[in-house]
Amino acid sequence: MLRLVIAGLSGLVFGLGLIASGMSNPAKVKGFLDLAGAWDPSLALVMGGAIAVGVLAFAAGKRRARAWSGERMEIPSIRVIDWRLILGGLLFGIGWGIAGFCPGPALVALGSGMDAALIFVPAMLAGMLLHDQFVARPR
Amino acid sequence: MTIAWNLFAPWSALLGGLLIGLATALYLLGNGRVAGITGIVASPMRALLSRASMVPEQPRLAFIAGLLLAPWLWRLFAPLPAAAVDVGPLALAGAGLLVGLGTRMANGCTSGHGVCGLSRFSPRSLVNVLAFMGAGFATVYLLRHLG
Repeated sequence: MLRLVIAGLSGLVFGLGLIASGMSNPAKVKGFLDLAGAWDPSLALVMGGAIAVGVLAFAAGKRRARAWSGERMEIPSIRVIDWRLILGGLLFGIGWGIAGFCPGPALVALGSGMDAALIFVPAMLAGMLLHDQFVARPR
Repeated sequence: MTIAWNLFAPWSALLGGLLIGLATALYLLGNGRVAGITGIVASPMRALLSRASMVPEQPRLAFIAGLLLAPWLWRLFAPLPAAAVDVGPLALAGAGLLVGLGTRMANGCTSGHGVCGLSRFSPRSLVNVLAFMGAGFATVYLLRHLG
């Protein structure tokens, strides 16, 4: 039960952060990606703020064997850099640049009932399935 | 390049970023997992389709429920900030496909590789972040300035 409460609370706070930061507004995301236009640097600070806390969390997490809920700590150990990592990043970036949505904000937008998310999220899930069915099973 | 000072919102961006970091910390130290939205979404979907047990997926489903409920909690206290897209339904669908395909192929997105990967100084994640940021900058440049 504890792990469900922690997970639900994590998702909730994550979502509130996306809304507060402006990440859940595709127009603002595209303003950040538009280096040659009127550039809005705000989102660099979102990443900076999140990573500042993240660095401390992972430093603490690496020293623990178990989480508060009793679960084993599972910090990824994959180090391989291959074509899938790069091509996947490029495809994701193209889609991100077109719509201004990445997965987390798209789910928040879906929760808020935004029309665009009703199209984007099912397409995103279809893209994930397409990959698993026809490209490869992720590790 | 000109900076859009009228749109620049450093404090709300920083506050939002800190909340995202806090949520990441809670999920990591509380549940021992990396808060990567791609995996959190794809894993239960795959379990569902392969008729595997949904019990191990419950925390991920709870995380998704939290994300979906966040705008509802927000609305109890303040109106949601404006959100807008500037492309039509077909482009949205195509973009969604690319985002789903690409994040699954690279096993991560802005949260898993971006926030978590960079926070633990993973070279693998840095390569992915450079790829999607570069492609994002290039795509918006093509659409807005060469289109």
